[in-house]
Amino acid sequence: MELITIKNASKTYKTGVTAIHDLSINFKKGEFVFIIGATGCGKSTLIKMLYREERPTSGQIFIGGIDVAKITNRKVYKIRRKLGVVFQDFKLLPKSTVYENVAFALEIFGVPSDEIYAKVVKVLELVGLKNKAKQYPHQLSGGEQQRVAIARAIVNGPKILICDEPTGNLDEKTSMGIMNVLEAINKLGTTVIVVTHDTEIVDKMKKRVVVLDEGRILKEYAEGEYRHEAI
Amino acid sequence: MRLFRILSRNIRDSFKSVFRNFSLSIASISCITITLIVVAIAIILSANVNEFTRRVEKDVTIVVFLDEDVSEERFKAIEGEIRQIDNVGPKDSDVVAKDKMEIRKELMDSSDTYASVLDKYDTRDTNFIKDAYHVKVVDITKMEKTVSALKKIDGVNTVKYGEGMIERLVTIFDVVRKATYVVVIALILVTAFLISNTIKITIFSRKREIDIMRLVGASNMNIKIPFIFEGLFLGIMGSIIPIIIVTYGYSSLYNYFDGELFGNFVTLVKPNPFIFSISGFLIIIGMIVGMVGSWRAVRKHLKI
Repeated sequence: MELITIKNASKTYKTGVTAIHDLSINFKKGEFVFIIGATGCGKSTLIKMLYREERPTSGQIFIGGIDVAKITNRKVYKIRRKLGVVFQDFKLLPKSTVYENVAFALEIFGVPSDEIYAKVVKVLELVGLKNKAKQYPHQLSGGEQQRVAIARAIVNGPKILICDEPTGNLDEKTSMGIMNVLEAINKLGTTVIVVTHDTEIVDKMKKRVVVLDEGRILKEYAEGEYRHEAI
Repeated sequence: MRLFRILSRNIRDSFKSVFRNFSLSIASISCITITLIVVAIAIILSANVNEFTRRVEKDVTIVVFLDEDVSEERFKAIEGEIRQIDNVGPKDSDVVAKDKMEIRKELMDSSDTYASVLDKYDTRDTNFIKDAYHVKVVDITKMEKTVSALKKIDGVNTVKYGEGMIERLVTIFDVVRKATYVVVIALILVTAFLISNTIKITIFSRKREIDIMRLVGASNMNIKIPFIFEGLFLGIMGSIIPIIIVTYGYSSLYNYFDGELFGNFVTLVKPNPFIFSISGFLIIIGMIVGMVGSWRAVRKHLKI
């Protein structure tokens, strides 16, 4: 079943740069997909359009049947609540503890405190940070901070988890740790889309891979087909 | 219940945020404090000018002296004619007839010198004092017109009304009063603008926080409300020092001067309940400008 359908999407920025050219692709429910490509290939723009940070200049992007491109800025939150997003720079609140950072995503919806506690503890356990709940982001390593960001992204139980270069700032060993967390989340039924340029990791993970080049799909590999030397 | 939870969390978080961003909060609070102090001074000044003008207006009396040979019937008839003039007070006590014998008695009672001089003029015929009316007006600035109308009445001899000094003074104070209103309103607007800019700087430093809120699915309202509450708290905190200054400062000023300036020429407004209304006013202005400032500032960072 298709969870995300992108139909002939193009994106041209005001500067005149066209980042995505007439791109069509589908993502199935429960999939784990890597989007790779050289810097400037349009992979970040592609996922920015998924969480509606950018709108396609033309074409359609359906997530769970809703055309994301048509959502107004005022209503963006509605789609964001269905997605979890993780970034290279973690985007944590520096003055809030690990627990508060994760709970934040639930508090704004008015979830009761006991329910928040249960959910936060559960996701912190999942990402392996249960005993660091009271620490502040600056007291954690990069890998741990990224785990907090992942915990925050999934605490709402989103159907899709979008990761923009989640291991960009991390060493190989830590990156693999993060990937294992993402895989565990994927096994629980969440669709995971990871944008990365770290092909070694992609190689090890043996997942579906989409290679972008100049805003177009250069190649697609089914699960287990991808080999590191491909690009 | 859900809304209540969201609201109470917002209030809690805004309160925390004031302290977590303490240095920037201090900047906003100081800005509110300074401007509110100036607003308070302007209000105190304006209220006292108002009070003074009101008192002067109440006290100013035109004395209308009648001709010596005016008959008793004419004397009574003149009252009706005076009352018909525009700007003459409508109350009974605004036009008071003063019989010359009555004036003589009042003068004699007021000092021994008068008593000895006036003693022998004890009949209506010998009493050289003129019959008179004491007239109060509604609008003191139109005094001159009223006086010339009074002079035209048959049987009126002279009209005395403080030689225009009071009138000029009141006109000046009227200008001062209007000017202070303008100053107070302008100050409030400037405060709102200043606070809005100060908060804009504080919020700019928290653009990241707003971005994260948007990212995890906060609606614009979700984002705005904590900042608006924060503005409210900043406003309340910013009004504390001005309120203390007003409460203690004005009370001590009042006590120091014993409630009067320049002899008893200017009577100050009594501190109670004046200081409480000013304090209430200051805290409300603080709250409003804090909230409006925050709201304006955060709106810039929302893609609407």
